[in-house]
Amino acid sequence: MKIAVSSMSKDLNSMLDVRFGRCNYFVIYDTEEGLVKTIENKGQMSGGGAGIAAAQQIIDEDVDVVITGNMGLNAFNLFKNSDIKVYRCGSIKVETAVQLFKEGKLEELTQAGPAHAGMGMGTGRRFRGGR
Amino acid sequence: MQGWAWEQAGDSEGEGRLNIAILSGKGGTGKTTISTNLSVITGANYIDCDVEEPNGFIFLKPSQIKREEVKVDYPVVDSSRCTLCGECAKVCQFNALVKTKKDIMLFEKLCHGCHACGIVCKQSALTFGKRIIGTIEEGQYGNLICKRGILNVGEPMAVPVIRRLLKNLPTGTNLIDCAPGTSCNVVSSLQYADGAILVTEPSSFGLHDLKMAVQLVRSFNLPFGVVINKHNTEDDRIQTYCEKENIEILGVIPYRREAAEVYSSGKMIVELPEYKEIFEEIAERLREVFPWNLQ
Repeated sequence: MKIAVSSMSKDLNSMLDVRFGRCNYFVIYDTEEGLVKTIENKGQMSGGGAGIAAAQQIIDEDVDVVITGNMGLNAFNLFKNSDIKVYRCGSIKVETAVQLFKEGKLEELTQAGPAHAGMGMGTGRRFRGGR
Repeated sequence: MQGWAWEQAGDSEGEGRLNIAILSGKGGTGKTTISTNLSVITGANYIDCDVEEPNGFIFLKPSQIKREEVKVDYPVVDSSRCTLCGECAKVCQFNALVKTKKDIMLFEKLCHGCHACGIVCKQSALTFGKRIIGTIEEGQYGNLICKRGILNVGEPMAVPVIRRLLKNLPTGTNLIDCAPGTSCNVVSSLQYADGAILVTEPSSFGLHDLKMAVQLVRSFNLPFGVVINKHNTEDDRIQTYCEKENIEILGVIPYRREAAEVYSSGKMIVELPEYKEIFEEIAERLREVFPWNLQ
């Protein structure tokens, strides 16, 4: 089983990034082979649809489970449609998050959070659809 | 920029039209107040391009309104032809298409209607449908033509509505009431402008955003002047800036309670004799600045 964790940097010792669409990296862990692969999140630099761009990468990597903090509706629906399960976790080490998942201690995300949760300051008076 | 680069400005240019854009940088400085009152005084047509919240019609109350819907293209996937190669999702610059394990999913509000997906699809599995994102309205205020674009609530893309509105401008002089800021919405309105009026107020934000607006109109090489609204006699920061930058001040509108009262009851401030005089002076100066022939 392949697990993708939204992460601040490149390895298992990194901190989990609670933002899904705007995180820096996804650390991908394989439960059978223990193999770790890190991919850079293309959504991070995207003007709009960051969560969608990030979700496309995860789907392309043939991942089974995603561990993150929050996820907007678009990405959430994409995973639902691709039979990828999403689990919620706080800001802890990626390795610990994977461990908690294996022990069945993480809660499955059954509802999308607010969109643009990770966009922070400077988004202007209106959301302009990333132009 | 958006996907309509090929149908750029030009459609409304040329014979028999003079388009003056009214912009500000900062919101709430009085673009609509200046545009509507100037329209009445000069007899120029009023065009409301602030399609996210057009409010000029509140003051002009035009009659005989005609409506036209604005539609944009979006891709429709024929799943019997689609091989899930994912090329369409890869080429999309706006993340509007995603290849999932079962199908191609469309996020229609992110789609800019550029047709790139249709070009790369080797299976010819994509056709294009149309969806409504807004409305154009046109009415009469005396002899003036009043037009506005309305973007439907929840739609993120205003530019197609603005483009449609500005493509079919009436002949004569048109005052184009722009959106606040210096965003795509203002830029696409300026593409159709022959000159600009920058409305500002004597405040830190007013000056800061005026500088951005000045930069923008200068990059378009448009002749322009400034109107200072909500003026109080103690604050001359805008005058100082304009003097330094060699920018023409077209008019100064005083900040008064009686003007605010007339405004807040949805009436034109040129109903007040003192303000009417000020707008007539602005109109006079406009005729000097721009090579136009207002009646």
